[in-house]
Amino acid sequence: MTSVPDKRGRFGKYGGQYVPETLMPAIRELETAYAALRRDRRFQKEYRECLQRYVGRPTPLYFAKRLTKTLGGPKIYLKREDLCHTGAHKINNAVGQALLARRMNKRRVIAETGAGQHGVAVATVASVFGLEAEIYMGVEDMERQALNVFRMRLLGAKVTGVNAGSRTLKDAISEAMRDWTTNVRTTHYMLGSVLGAHPYPMIIRDFQSVIGREARRQILAVEKQLPHCLVACVGGGSNSLGLFYPFIKDRQIQMVGVEAGGLGLTAGKHAARFSGGAPGVLQGTMTYVLQDRHGQIRGTHSVSAGLDYPAVGPEHAMHHDSGRIQYTSATDEEALRAFDLLAREEGIIPALESAHAVAEVVKRAPGMKKNHILILNLSGRGDKDVGQIAGMRGAAS
Amino acid sequence: MMSNRIAATFSRLRQRNEKALIPYLMAGDPSLADTETLIPVLERAGADLIEIGVPFSDPIADGPVIQRAAERALRAGASLRAVLRMVKSLRVKTQVPLILMAYYNTVMAMGERRFCREAAAVGVDGIIIPDMPPEEAGVLQTASAARGPCLIFLLAPTSTPARQNNVIKHTQGFVYYVSMTGITGAALRDVGAVQRRVRALRQKTRKPVAVGFGIATPDEARRIASFADGVIVGSALVRTIEAHKHAPDFVKAVGRFTAGLKAALVFNDAR
Repeated sequence: MTSVPDKRGRFGKYGGQYVPETLMPAIRELETAYAALRRDRRFQKEYRECLQRYVGRPTPLYFAKRLTKTLGGPKIYLKREDLCHTGAHKINNAVGQALLARRMNKRRVIAETGAGQHGVAVATVASVFGLEAEIYMGVEDMERQALNVFRMRLLGAKVTGVNAGSRTLKDAISEAMRDWTTNVRTTHYMLGSVLGAHPYPMIIRDFQSVIGREARRQILAVEKQLPHCLVACVGGGSNSLGLFYPFIKDRQIQMVGVEAGGLGLTAGKHAARFSGGAPGVLQGTMTYVLQDRHGQIRGTHSVSAGLDYPAVGPEHAMHHDSGRIQYTSATDEEALRAFDLLAREEGIIPALESAHAVAEVVKRAPGMKKNHILILNLSGRGDKDVGQIAGMRGAAS
Repeated sequence: MMSNRIAATFSRLRQRNEKALIPYLMAGDPSLADTETLIPVLERAGADLIEIGVPFSDPIADGPVIQRAAERALRAGASLRAVLRMVKSLRVKTQVPLILMAYYNTVMAMGERRFCREAAAVGVDGIIIPDMPPEEAGVLQTASAARGPCLIFLLAPTSTPARQNNVIKHTQGFVYYVSMTGITGAALRDVGAVQRRVRALRQKTRKPVAVGFGIATPDEARRIASFADGVIVGSALVRTIEAHKHAPDFVKAVGRFTAGLKAALVFNDAR
């Protein structure tokens, strides 16, 4: 298998650099800066130390004994990204990009956020690295993730609500791209997932693949063998690619990405790009996009703001077509049931995003061999979702 | 022949010591019938080339004025296919060069080859795709090679000399120079800087250079036109359409605004 992306930023036919001319020099500058830092031992050392001392890595690989027993299938291990500082995997990338921004002498950083986890991570690293931060967030997401809005402001970031389009993650990205176009000389855009124009999908994958490298070392230490199956949720796809990437050449390992099924695939209210989408270009990259026959981007729905996005990372698109990664979806209802299950069985409240991965394990585990090993990426913790769920249940009772 | 309608216009204007007025309006704002009415009105008021926006749900290069216009147009049912039908029916009435501005996904959804074939057939002269730099234009360049439309590329203040050379080499019809680092409809602050950059470009190319983004008034248009071959006015016209769309003087207001811009671009007082 040749390494991806190629020099033109392509993952097979996907990826590329579909951005306005104004931004082209900036993404080329980012390519050059990152290519240099990738080989720079001092940078790599600084990055590793930040992850260790500030983020709290390595995160545990935890054997979920009760969940394993209840489901009656393979041994289930949880990769505990929820235990990272700020509560999700997003900070792995934010730390790396903050170091990059500093090397490029950009004192201002901007970011989009859906569930608020990436926004909180960016606000956090901006604080600790002394950068000015502005976070764009759809006003609908600001409502359902009010706690994270408050956290970002506590950390000193400016949070700007986006009132355009569907008022969710997609519109926050467009607004961040517009800001970047305007302030490109002084500002670094800290994209939060394996999306956007090259080199972003590669940079973010590289920063997140610490998840899979650790998991590989940890499972070999405990089980003396590689896992049989990996499961993670897929919004843009950074936590899943972070876990999968270091195992991608081990062809025998099954990999499952779980998209947001929303209210069900037939209702059209979902964010399952691989079931309902087609190749297209959105926000800088060619990939699977939920769209109508005229190329207009379709509205999405998910109970989880972090998965509520009409496109998916281009590297996932390539692995979908080749069959290397299998993609499936979990509905809102299934994710909410999984959310409760993990809280009650293991004393862990997962993020609603990660609960989609738990839901897939609930479906899949009973049909798997008992002597097999499954790793589930618990990408974030659910504290941010407790208010939303309390509200939903209060309204229902 | 397609590229010649654009080239012929620029050379005719050059002879007359006039600069090209290139107004931009959003197809389908507030309805496709209105757009079809307005295009001949723009031409009569002095538009030399007309840029027709194809609405897209996620226009990353556009400011709030054009975003709102796109939302209105999508609600009114506009699409790339509908725009091509409109151009076909307009071609009975007018030979003014018509240039589409469309985001890549709308063209890709139709299919690049089919788009080029149909655009050429109905009489579209050029296309500008703001999220397609020359590096990503291969598919469309192949598809349009036989008979158009012209692929018009943009240059920005941030473009490096190497990028300038590449854009100049590939653009057809004219160079679209983006006046500032920003999105459509932002305020133009430093005309002097635009002038210096356009003068530097002229050392590299004889292709016409049209400047867009942030040009809102006849005065701004005239200052830009003193050193460029054409000025593109988008958000200011779209704002005029937005403000008068339900008014009895809708068509007149759009014509008046356009005539005011054109008057500023005639340098020999022959008109």
